[in-house]
Amino acid sequence: MQQTQIVEIQNVSFGYDPARPVLRDIDLAIPRGAVVGIMGQSGCGKTTLLRIIMGAYLPSRGTARVLGHTTGELDAEGLYAMRRKMGMLFQFGALFTDMSVYENVAFPLREHAELPDDVLNDLVMLKLQAVGLRGAAHLMPTELSGGMARRVALARSIALDPQLILYDEPFTGLDPISFGVIVRLIRDLNTSLGATSIIVTHDVQEALDVVDYVYFMAAGRVIAKGTPDQIRASPEPFVNQFVNGRPDGPVPFHYPAPDYAADLEVVPA
Amino acid sequence: MIEVAWLRSRLERLGSTVTSQVWRVGYASRFLFYLVMHSGTALKRFRLTVAEIYFAGVLSLVIILVSGLFVGMVLALQGYETLQRFGASESLGVLVALSLVRELGPVVAGLLFASRAGSAITAEIGLMKATEQISAMEMMAVDPIARVVAPRFWGGVISMPLLAALFSAAGVFGGYLVGVQLIGVDSGAFWSQMQAAVDLRNDIMNGVIKSVVFGIAVTWISVFEGYDAVPTAEGVSRATTRTVVTSSLAILALDFVLTALMFTGGN
Repeated sequence: MQQTQIVEIQNVSFGYDPARPVLRDIDLAIPRGAVVGIMGQSGCGKTTLLRIIMGAYLPSRGTARVLGHTTGELDAEGLYAMRRKMGMLFQFGALFTDMSVYENVAFPLREHAELPDDVLNDLVMLKLQAVGLRGAAHLMPTELSGGMARRVALARSIALDPQLILYDEPFTGLDPISFGVIVRLIRDLNTSLGATSIIVTHDVQEALDVVDYVYFMAAGRVIAKGTPDQIRASPEPFVNQFVNGRPDGPVPFHYPAPDYAADLEVVPA
Repeated sequence: MIEVAWLRSRLERLGSTVTSQVWRVGYASRFLFYLVMHSGTALKRFRLTVAEIYFAGVLSLVIILVSGLFVGMVLALQGYETLQRFGASESLGVLVALSLVRELGPVVAGLLFASRAGSAITAEIGLMKATEQISAMEMMAVDPIARVVAPRFWGGVISMPLLAALFSAAGVFGGYLVGVQLIGVDSGAFWSQMQAAVDLRNDIMNGVIKSVVFGIAVTWISVFEGYDAVPTAEGVSRATTRTVVTSSLAILALDFVLTALMFTGGN
């Protein structure tokens, strides 16, 4: 079977301020069916890269091809058409707080497909069943725990059977049980929908158990890439410090400061 | 030299403030244009707009009716005090009705609408932005201006004239309670003079025009401030304050302009 690339980022640079680029010369290719992790420290540019893939930002240089479209060449209609084939799980779910769980999952279906009520109901129940929350359909988002809200948001993001699912920090703030549920769902949904998944996260240890391939970012660049085992064994000092959670290394424990002895000197009265 | 540098920095700051405000007005105008052009969803799926009419209009009814009643009662007390000095206390109905229909109804209802519904609209849209609900909508290929902003805009624009009319009606009733029931002005004179003196085109229509203009201004400011809010708790709180302050000033300034345009010198 020919392996096609769902996302191809070629030589992409981006900056909110041209003088201070957030992303520099990024190259990555994500094949169909894979679960790929984009990892790195907070502020390394991984969420910005996710927004480039979503088409929310356009590269200052280079090209981003997503689902066969070059994002920079799309107009608003084209961008929306592309996004209809994508699903996105936001960090804290981003559920619509004025709608019930049922209405949240039904939202994309109501907006994009004029379905009879019984068909819509079946689809919503199918998606809620997939995340194990069919029984919570009548609840409001404020009545859900963090893990449940994340699962409802996941059900909503797969409502239109997307080809590409994006996860923005899906593990943040989850208890071990909810975490286990989300990990299993990411894998299962990717397989059952025949989709491709991109997980942006700084929870490296957890994510390495889920993904097929990893891009490791630091200061706006990809500094390492490979399978989870290759990343665990990486000789790159930064990756090593990050994967093993060492307090000191290329990322220093101490914030830059003047000489310690000088700061301890007693100032004469 | 120091004075020149000080003056220069002050002028630079003033210039940059003025420039950024002009940019903001331009951005708000483009926002309104885009909003009107993408109102198809709000009008086609009118139940979305009806929900906002309930939110902005129906839920404002209590404050509007109670305020109208009290304003009308005060008008009757104050008006009687003055009119009876000239032996014209029978004209109390005219004074109450004209004051409300031409001026106080649209203006006070507009100010109350800005505080009650305008601030709520800004806070709701701002919080939707802060909690990434707006981004989520964009990711689902749904235009948030068409789906979230336009129904709220039209809901507010439709509600405001109705609220102003109800404010005036409650005010007239308040004036009747105090003038006729409490003070003892003749009921027949109260109503018949009012009926004879209040003109549909010059008085009522002018009041309706004012309330429509105030409705557009307040709701435009409210949705824009919400959509443009910095997506943090502080940003939303600042945007909500700006909505109330800017809307109130806009109502008073527009009221002067509209009154000047409608002024006929008694002819």
